[in-house]
Amino acid sequence: MDDKIRSNGRYNYRKNLPYYLMMLPFFLLFFLFTVLPVLAAMVISLTNYDLLQSPGFVFLENYRRLFLNDTVFITALKNTFIIAVITGPAGYMLSFLMAWLINELRPKLRAVLTVIFYAPSISGNVYLVFTIIFSGDPKGFLNAHLLSLGIMDEAMLWLSDEKTMMLVVILVSLWMSLGFGFLSFIAGLQTLDKSQFEAAQVDGITNRWQELWYVTLPNMRPQLMFGAVMSITSALGVGDLTIQLTGFPSAGYNTHTIANHLTDFGNLRMEMGYASTIAVVLFAIMLLCNRPIQALIKRVGT
Amino acid sequence: MSKPSIIKTITRKRGARSFGGNVTLFIFLTFMALLYLFPVIFMANNAFKPLSEQLKFPPDIFVNTPTLENFMDLGELFSNSLVPFSRHLFNTLFVVAVGTAGQVVFASMAAYPLAKFDFAGNEFLSKIIVLSLMFTTAVTSVPNYVIMSRLGLVDTYLALILPAFSSSLGLYLMKNFMTQVPSSLIEAAHIDGASEMLTLWGVVMPAVKPAWITLLIFSFQSMWGVTGNIFIYKESLKPISYALQQIASVGIARQGVTAAVSLIMFLIPITLYIFMQSNVLETMSTSGMKD
Repeated sequence: MDDKIRSNGRYNYRKNLPYYLMMLPFFLLFFLFTVLPVLAAMVISLTNYDLLQSPGFVFLENYRRLFLNDTVFITALKNTFIIAVITGPAGYMLSFLMAWLINELRPKLRAVLTVIFYAPSISGNVYLVFTIIFSGDPKGFLNAHLLSLGIMDEAMLWLSDEKTMMLVVILVSLWMSLGFGFLSFIAGLQTLDKSQFEAAQVDGITNRWQELWYVTLPNMRPQLMFGAVMSITSALGVGDLTIQLTGFPSAGYNTHTIANHLTDFGNLRMEMGYASTIAVVLFAIMLLCNRPIQALIKRVGT
Repeated sequence: MSKPSIIKTITRKRGARSFGGNVTLFIFLTFMALLYLFPVIFMANNAFKPLSEQLKFPPDIFVNTPTLENFMDLGELFSNSLVPFSRHLFNTLFVVAVGTAGQVVFASMAAYPLAKFDFAGNEFLSKIIVLSLMFTTAVTSVPNYVIMSRLGLVDTYLALILPAFSSSLGLYLMKNFMTQVPSSLIEAAHIDGASEMLTLWGVVMPAVKPAWITLLIFSFQSMWGVTGNIFIYKESLKPISYALQQIASVGIARQGVTAAVSLIMFLIPITLYIFMQSNVLETMSTSGMKD
């Protein structure tokens, strides 16, 4: 697989210069807009920078305030974990299940179903239709139907009632969860080496479930890994969705996420120091969640 | 090429699903497809509903007497707005076109050495890219604002375009796909005296057509809906999706217009995707992470 050209030698910088030059434009911008911001956030998080007065170092004061004095952040942390723990794994498994089920269909049908399931994830703001479906107005789609069928006596405030708003957010994010990972699974399943299935049959594998566990999943490990990274990152980063569905701030902060908290302090209150602290914590959570899950996936099918 | 036919007979035989299994699968897939399609169908129908049907109790899913009222209202609202509709549309098209083209060019130039050559720093840079897939732009948004304003890029197209040039997902997919290009192809070009740039654009890029088409599609998808919220404040530089959002955000009376807006914003990227799906899937087959 690793078919790299090694004619110049790793450390022959003069001969390798063209490669470095070719990579320069990308990595210059990558450094400026991705690496530097992460490093800068770490530094700014130690200050009280607010765009108005000159920043002063406050060291870990922001972190202390975040974890000990900011109850809204603790709520956001809890909400983010609830959303991530449910939509992350569920969306991931759903992606694989759907990819696996449509894999053996005829190519035309498979292509159509792929579009249907993938479409919500690139639907732009089509998910705003859920604000009509779950509208708290008695004439909202769901309310109107439940009322006219006599299932409910009065309109339900789906998007601001603490019992239902989180559920709606989770449902909609599941609807949108068949994204990059799903495409990767579909493509991966199509390129599996068919001869392995024959060999497995000779080795005594009799049913589809054994085949899935002993042949399909181990061969899909790289795609499973990629899909996991995509799922974890997007599940932990949920922000726009909650704002669009349940408003900002959401009623009782019931669907307030870390990303929302970041928007609040970074873009509205312009407390850059404190917002950076939130960003650094989010960054740490995203990286920390990726590691153990990747280790888990490495053991699939063994 | 007699091999595929043998494989086919064997695959058909292996663990063939029972009739009951087939029926269950069919029912389940139909159910899921309808569930996933429902919001889109409902939205598309709403876009064509006259006001009377929008206020009907209980509301229907399907439109009875389709009308273009909502689209005409949308046009009306735009012709009354301070900044002409065409200006917002131009803003988006310009940002998407330049951002996407730049992403493909920059990502390909960086992916080629990473995929095909052994040099000091290769593994490190590749690892950094994978690492950057693990966090979202929310993490970098605050310092990015500071950086943009220091560079004087706030309220310019460049604030939206330049970050798109360095998309790590684009580089990642391109690099993975390029590792499949046979080294012999590149060495042959070298022997003919082609420079690395010439080899990339003349030999490698034609061989990785699915990958750059995929980058075009993904980049379009992510930039099409861009609202420019924290980097663009001048009304005349705002993209179309911002303008549409403003129009749609006025509440229940504008339900039909909102649906019309969503429909327009949805149809363009999805149509592009449908035509390019086979290329995208070919690229995604190499999207796996080795470690």
